[in-house]
Formats: sequence, structure tokens, C-alpha cells
Amino acid sequence: MDSLNHLLSGFGAILAPANLLVALIGVTAGTAVGVLPGIGPAMTVALLLPLTYGMEPTQAFILFAGIFYGGMYGGSTTSILLNTPGESASVVTAIEGNKMAKAGRAAQALATAAIGSFIAGTLANILLVFVTPYVVTFAISLGAPDYFALMLLAFVAVSAVLGTSRVRGFASLLLGLVVGIVGIDAVTGQQRLTLGVPQLADGIDVIVVAVGIFAVGEALWVAAHLRRSKPVVIPVGQPWLGKEDWKRSWRPWLRGTALGFPFGAVPAGGAEIPTFLSYVTEKRLAKHPEEFGKGAIEGVAGPEAANNASAAGTLVPMLAIGLPTTATTAVMLAAFESYGIQPGPLLFERQPALVWTLIASLFVGNLMLLVLNLPLAPAWAKLLQIPRPYLYAGILFFASMGAYAVNAQPLDLLLLAVLGLLGFGMRRFGLPVLPLIVGVILGPRAELQGRRSLQLTGGELSGLIGGPVSITIYVIIALVLAWPLLRRTARLVRRSA
Amino acid sequence: MTSETPRSAPQGGDPAQYGVCAFLALVGAVVIADALQIAHLPSSNDPVGPRPVPLILGALLLLTSIVYTIDVVRGGRAEPEAGEDIDPSSPIDWRTVLLVLAAFAVNAVLIEPAGWVISGTLLFWGTAFALGSRHHLRNLVIAVALSLITFYVFAIGLGVNLPAGVLQGIL
Repeated sequence: MDSLNHLLSGFGAILAPANLLVALIGVTAGTAVGVLPGIGPAMTVALLLPLTYGMEPTQAFILFAGIFYGGMYGGSTTSILLNTPGESASVVTAIEGNKMAKAGRAAQALATAAIGSFIAGTLANILLVFVTPYVVTFAISLGAPDYFALMLLAFVAVSAVLGTSRVRGFASLLLGLVVGIVGIDAVTGQQRLTLGVPQLADGIDVIVVAVGIFAVGEALWVAAHLRRSKPVVIPVGQPWLGKEDWKRSWRPWLRGTALGFPFGAVPAGGAEIPTFLSYVTEKRLAKHPEEFGKGAIEGVAGPEAANNASAAGTLVPMLAIGLPTTATTAVMLAAFESYGIQPGPLLFERQPALVWTLIASLFVGNLMLLVLNLPLAPAWAKLLQIPRPYLYAGILFFASMGAYAVNAQPLDLLLLAVLGLLGFGMRRFGLPVLPLIVGVILGPRAELQGRRSLQLTGGELSGLIGGPVSITIYVIIALVLAWPLLRRTARLVRRSA
Repeated sequence: MTSETPRSAPQGGDPAQYGVCAFLALVGAVVIADALQIAHLPSSNDPVGPRPVPLILGALLLLTSIVYTIDVVRGGRAEPEAGEDIDPSSPIDWRTVLLVLAAFAVNAVLIEPAGWVISGTLLFWGTAFALGSRHHLRNLVIAVALSLITFYVFAIGLGVNLPAGVLQGIL
């Protein structure tokens, strides 16, 4: 019950008028930017980071929580009205949501997404409050070899499990790991891959990498293929749900939450798998499965709930272990670090007020979004009409501002352009972006933990195998890596039988 | 999810992908070369040292490059990223890309001497022009307004590092 007390004092902190205002700014800015086509939640958080510069950590975290959920809400609006999922997790929402909108049921699609996200977000936050302390207790018992194994698992999971091509996923991961080692070695102080440029000695800032790959890469990619015709935006009025829609939505909301949270909370999570599973489940359970593909409300309600619940779930490993598994949490982790705050089990001991205020602001932000989004949906929809030259010029403008503001050095703008070109190339060749970002942020930590493990055994490789936890993780990694082979063998055996 | 690369036979391969393999191999070689010139100072404190990790990464990059090449030879390809604003059937419009990069470079060069308000204005105006907007005056008004607003809100209001440049004292 200790966590409940902490949570209550967290609520006490956020209910101060100044903090409520910060939360309101966060959800509004997050939704406004997230709703812009082509901007997913990760890019939203990265682009809005400069807002938090100069704030004290507590307020900055309240702002983050608002931007985090606001960006997700905004993304679902875009998927439904424009069929442009800002990130892979809202691809499923776009399938039925956009069909519903085209059939004149945009108001209901937006309403079931907004209310479903609220319910799933709130339930998932409650789960977060109860689960996180257990994960913290577990994480405290972990040693360096276990952390090293966990990070390897995260690398393998984001590269091999998500996405369509393993070799492309690993290529992206390795490029991220290489970017991560640029700079002075943390242990010996020797320079690596700095190519003689003194400004590179501090390494390449993760924010610059995220903004370059996401924002600049996207802008360049769109510049290369800009559709010169006006996009078709479906007009929408006030979102509302009829009695029949409520009846059809509430079960998918709950099932989506149940699928989303656990997938987000395990360190190999992500939102793609649970949203897809939720879609398939709803299709199977629906009374009218023939409506799927033509705009079934269950196909919006379930995946949207799963998406939001898994987003809350990904905060569990991020806060309790310091292990980000999505691009959004990776960017948030980088933002934490810029305040000198190190997520992980010790965070809960050292700065309980900060963490629990962040968690309390997730509840508050979620409620604000519901109140804000139902009446404001028509206004957000207008943002979709923004002329594309202004949209992408604006993205580059804010990307440059944010990247420069990190260290106040023009070299970062050059790096931003180089990383933008890399992001451009990755989009051209279908390389996933997530492994690279996770590689940049987790690479240096993995190396540190690995070297720490080997220190204990004087360099003997046996030091990497700590106890039962790391052994279990290595078995899981081996299974994930061997999965295509196992499946092929199983198929051959079945065929010959 | 865990299926191998989607294969599409009819359109044939995408030979430009060999460029990606070459790039990966090049990065791998550079990483290894850089790691080899780091002096190894053995110490009981850090038996591993800074060299093994880049060496392993370099080797893995070379390996990935080979596997990637085999995948491409066997017809593997991944879909370029799609989106509502993107017309994937069109060829890459290099003129627009280069114009956008030029606007970006102008900002990087001018941000310290001329200041954010001027360089940001040029960045926004130039990008909008590159992307095909021809309302020059309206674009300029928006660009100046955005630069001024961001300067006052972020640099003066929130204390973010944005240089005033030549307009120091006027803003």
C-alpha cells in the first residue's frame, strides 16, 4: 500500500494550479502535433522537447506525460480521418477506422477511439501502479550480467520479432549501436570514432539522432515523393456514440486493454503485436464478422484500447528497469537523462516524488484528453488540411530549433542533415527505424554492463552468465533467433509425415 | 511477423539495394579500422577495454552485409515506406530533396553569425519554396512570424539556447 500513498502525494503535487496548467499545455500541444499527418508519438515527443528546457524536472515530466498521451490521441484521429497512421501501432486502427469515416461514421469512430483510449489508459495506469513496485523489487535483485542479458533481449526483440525482415532489422540495430559508441569511452576516456572532431567527443546526442531520423528523414522522404494533389480529409462533426455503438464497444475496450498492457510491460514488447491480436480477436468474436473490412466499430475500439494500454505498459520496464522498448520511451529516456535522472529501480528510492507525480499526471492527462478531444475533434480535423509545404517546412524548422538547442553547436545541424539522409535511405530501402533508436540509447548501457560483468571474472567470458535470470533470458534469445529454423523444420517434418 | 523478407517476383529485384550492402560493409570496415588504432591499456579494473565492442560490431556489420547481399540475390526486398502524402510510384524527385537540403545548410551556416530569427526565416521560406509553395509573400510573413514567436517564447521566455546574432540588442 506504500505505492498508493506515494500516488496520493503525486496527485497532491499535480493538482497545484501551475502544474495543472502545464499538464493542459502538454496534452494540447501533444494532440495538436500528433494529429499532423506523418508525425507519430515518438516524433511528437522529440519535437516538443524544447518546451521542457528551462523547466524544473517535475513540471517537465508532467508535460511529458501530457505530450505522450496527447500524441497518441492525435495519431488515432489522423488514422481515422486521413488513413495516415503516424506509426506502425495505429496501422490497425486505420483499417476499420478510415472505412467507418468513409461510410459517414467518422463521429462514432473518433468517439470509440477517444473513450476506448481513456478507459484503456486509465485501467492500464492502475495496473502500472500495482505492477511497477514488483518489477522494481525484481530489478533490484538483478546484477550486471542480468542487465546485459535483458538489453541483448531487447535488441533481438526489436530487430527480429517486429518488422518484416530480420536482416534489415539487424542492419538498422547495428547502425544504431555504431552511432552509440561515438565519443569518449566511459571507462578509459579514449576516443572512439570521433574522426578527430572535438565536438564529437561528447558523443552524438540521442535527441539529435531521434529528430534527425524521424523528422528530417520523414521530411526528405516526403519531399522526394510529394503528392501534388490535395489530400482528401473526411469532414467530421461532434463525436458521439449511440446506444448500439456503446454495446458493441465496451467489450472490445476491455479485451484490448487485457491484450495491450502485458505486451507493453514485457521488455520485448511494443504495440504492433497486441493491436493486431486485438483486431483478429474482435473479428473472430464479432456477431457480424462480415462488417470487418467495411468499417466495423469493434475493429477500432479493440486495437485503440490495446494501443493505449500497451503504451502505459511500456512505461513499466522504462521506469523500473531503465529499458525502453519503443521509440517513444527511448526518446523519453533520453529526455530523463538530460535532467541527470537515471530511470531504473533506484529512481523509485531516490526520487519517489518525481516518479509518482509522473504516474499521477498520466491519470490526469488521460482525463483531460477525453474532455478536450470530444468537443475539439472538428478543430483537430481542420489541422489535417494544413498545406503540405507548410507542414514539412514547419517540421524542419522545429527539428532544427530543437536539435540546436540541445548543445548550442551548429555542428549538430550538420549531423541532423546526415542523420536525415540516413533516415531517408532507410525509408527508401524499407529498413525499420525503431532498432536504430533503441541501439543508440541502449548500446552504451549494454557495453557498460557487459564490461562490468567481465570485471568480476577478470575478463573470463563466464562472467556474462550470472544466475538463473540471465540463463533464462539467453534461452529465450536463442529461441527467438532459431524460430524461423524451428518452424521450417516443423513444416518439413509434418510434410514428410 | 517472423516470416522472412517478403518476396515479390514479378517486378524483379531492386538492384539499388546492393548499395545498402556496400554501405554496411564500409561502415563495418571503418569501425574496425578505428578500433584497431585505439591503444589498449590493460588494467585489472577494466580487463575488456574499449576495443572489443567496436571490433564485434564491425564484424557483425560485415556479416550482415553478406547476409543482406544473399537476401537481395535471392530476390528479397522490402517495401519503401508509404503514406498519404507520398506518391510511391513517382521516381525520387532529387531537385526537391537537394533544395530542401540547401535550405537546411543555409540555416546551419547562418544560425550563429546571423541569428535564429534570420536563419530560421530562410529555412522555413526555402523549404516551403522547395516543396512547391509559390505564395512568396505569404510564406515570408509566416516564416518571419514563426521565427519571431519561437525566439521570444523559447529563447527569452524559456531560456533555450537560440542565438540572436546580428539582431542582438534589437530583439
